[in-house]
Amino acid sequence: MTTLNDKIKSGLPQGEAARRNVASRRRTGAIWRTIFLSATIIGLIALSLLIYNVVNEVFGYVATEYAVDPATLSDKPLDDLSKDELVAVLQDNMRANAFRTLEREKPMADRSESEVYDLVIERVLKPQTLETWTLRDSWFNKAAIDAQVASEFPEAKLEFRSWLTAGFLTTPMSSDPLRAGVRTALLGSLWMIAITILFAFPIGVGAAIYLEEYATDNRFNRIIQTNINNLAGVPSIIYGMLGLVIFVRTLEPITSGRIFGADSGNGRTIVAASLTMMLLILPIMIINGQEAIRAVPLSLRQASYGLGATKWQTIWHHVLPNALPGIFTGTILAVSRAIGETAPLIVVGASTFIVTDPDGPFAKFTVLPIQIYNWTSRPQPEFAHIAASAIVVLLVMLLSLNAIAVLLRNRFSKRG
Amino acid sequence: MDSRRITTSQRETTRPFSLKKQPRLGESIIQGFLLFCGVLSMFTTIGIVVVLGSESIAFFRQVSIVEFVTNTVWSPQIDEFGILPLLLSTLLTSTIAMFIALPTGLAAALYLSEYASSRARSILKPILEVLAGVPTVVYGYFALKFMTPVLKAVFGEANVNIYNMASAGLVMGIMIIPMVSSMSEDALSAVPRALREGAYGLGATRLETAIKVVLPAGISGIIAAFVVAISRAVGETMIVAVAAGAKPTFTFNPFEAAETMTGHIARISGGDLSYASIDYNSIFAIGLTLFLMTLGLNMVSRRLVRRFREVYE
Repeated sequence: MTTLNDKIKSGLPQGEAARRNVASRRRTGAIWRTIFLSATIIGLIALSLLIYNVVNEVFGYVATEYAVDPATLSDKPLDDLSKDELVAVLQDNMRANAFRTLEREKPMADRSESEVYDLVIERVLKPQTLETWTLRDSWFNKAAIDAQVASEFPEAKLEFRSWLTAGFLTTPMSSDPLRAGVRTALLGSLWMIAITILFAFPIGVGAAIYLEEYATDNRFNRIIQTNINNLAGVPSIIYGMLGLVIFVRTLEPITSGRIFGADSGNGRTIVAASLTMMLLILPIMIINGQEAIRAVPLSLRQASYGLGATKWQTIWHHVLPNALPGIFTGTILAVSRAIGETAPLIVVGASTFIVTDPDGPFAKFTVLPIQIYNWTSRPQPEFAHIAASAIVVLLVMLLSLNAIAVLLRNRFSKRG
Repeated sequence: MDSRRITTSQRETTRPFSLKKQPRLGESIIQGFLLFCGVLSMFTTIGIVVVLGSESIAFFRQVSIVEFVTNTVWSPQIDEFGILPLLLSTLLTSTIAMFIALPTGLAAALYLSEYASSRARSILKPILEVLAGVPTVVYGYFALKFMTPVLKAVFGEANVNIYNMASAGLVMGIMIIPMVSSMSEDALSAVPRALREGAYGLGATRLETAIKVVLPAGISGIIAAFVVAISRAVGETMIVAVAAGAKPTFTFNPFEAAETMTGHIARISGGDLSYASIDYNSIFAIGLTLFLMTLGLNMVSRRLVRRFREVYE
């Protein structure tokens, strides 16, 4: 006994040495603790950088120049002109052919005053963006910007501009970044999501119920379960290729709306995109739904059976209402995934340039992320500004969805 | 004879409810529908395999598999179909992403599961989760408009291409951090308390407990998280489509532009693609390669997760 004790004593540091040993181990511990904490904080920093970078591009000075000086058009300032005077200006300053074309598209009498005003700006004044600055430059280098504009573009008008405006949300796509908006893309996203939920919700919940309540532990059901888990890890672009072949090409008569009498030319429609998205988010929905159903206590089911309810009655009246908050949360998570998803829609064939609003499931469409992708890949700096504005719209949409998920969950869990 | 007949009729009239399960039409229809919902996922998988397989076969009728896997030039215009340049840039961007995501994600997981108070965890975890919820096209924008200028400032304007694999990889790494940290944290939290208490009882510090006891115990779950992260990086599309470039180049230089497998599929299918062309078939051959890679990785990861669950539950 004493020999063992001696052995330990001789092998381990004693007295002062022990204290030093412990102190140095504690120091190492503290250093690594800081490293681990900073790794966690890196996420926070990245998120702030991302938001800063986007916001920085949304606001800033813009130097524009008109092809024609507005003062030469009329003796009054342009803003004070009535609609008829604006039409006259338009008629005087445009070639007759071009004016007739406009009249044929939509008679001047039917256009509102602001529409005519926009036309004057667009067709007569023809503003050109000479240079744009980011928010940071606009704040800190105002003097330098003024000097640069004064020396390089003496004719230009310098104004502080928010690229994200109410008009940005309600204007359709345009090839001119100064006038482009996200209206069509926003509507396209909403249509696509609505139809996706219509298909995915019942099927996703149904599959979750089957796997949790009906499926016995046999080979067949295990294969289904493994399969769903594997599908959750398939890259989204693969779903796009599946959608392209199955929904766009093979089921073209259905997805183009031909058999419903609403032909859109080919199968690259909202329905095809929604069905592709449905396949993409189903695994996530099923896995989340299963967790929600599994969390419902067994005693509830047994009480229901004890009163003579059938299996389905038990599920419909007791299991589902209790699992709903979880199912909703899972659905909203899946939906926010679908809203941000871009790659499969590119493959399925979302258009990048669409100016008419989608008017039904068989319309050609574009969505917000596609619009962002399209604008991001253009070299002109103006497109970076509107891409950033579209990103803000998309992120606000996602954040409000998540807020709804939290609210729903809280409300239901209080009731339950 | 007579009495027996009476007893049977008596038995029939006085028989109580049958307790045997009665077939109900409504219930069977519902169950059938639910079964269909469950089986639909099988059709998805079968659909993926059939679609990728059949279109790839059409492709391999025209291009030999040997050329596909050995040629270092991908240039459909001159009939050169070698997947190596696409594969190399995919692996290069993924490797860069892993250099960022794996250490950072694991360190964050260690902090969250071993050090953080429950209050700190309840603040930090949701922030990391927000990072995971940002659409990838936004990350693409971030890579192109923020990371590339930063790289240019650090490594010199001339050395870094506007479109380069490094910025795509770095930003992809940031995107994957939350996934690694949350899966690893699950693995670490699943390690029983008794193990930690044993280590503390022997005089180990918190760090020693975390590194020498908890980490090895949760290792299979952590490796599973790593494998899933790799699979995610390989399949990621929008970041590389925006930031990495649009020309398949066989290069090991991360500051050069190159096109990944997913980036190529997105670019080619984005245009008006003729269904009969070899371009169209070729993206399915790339897709099949991608699918097999990620499927393999996911299966390895699932096996690992199952192993670590079996040990401690």
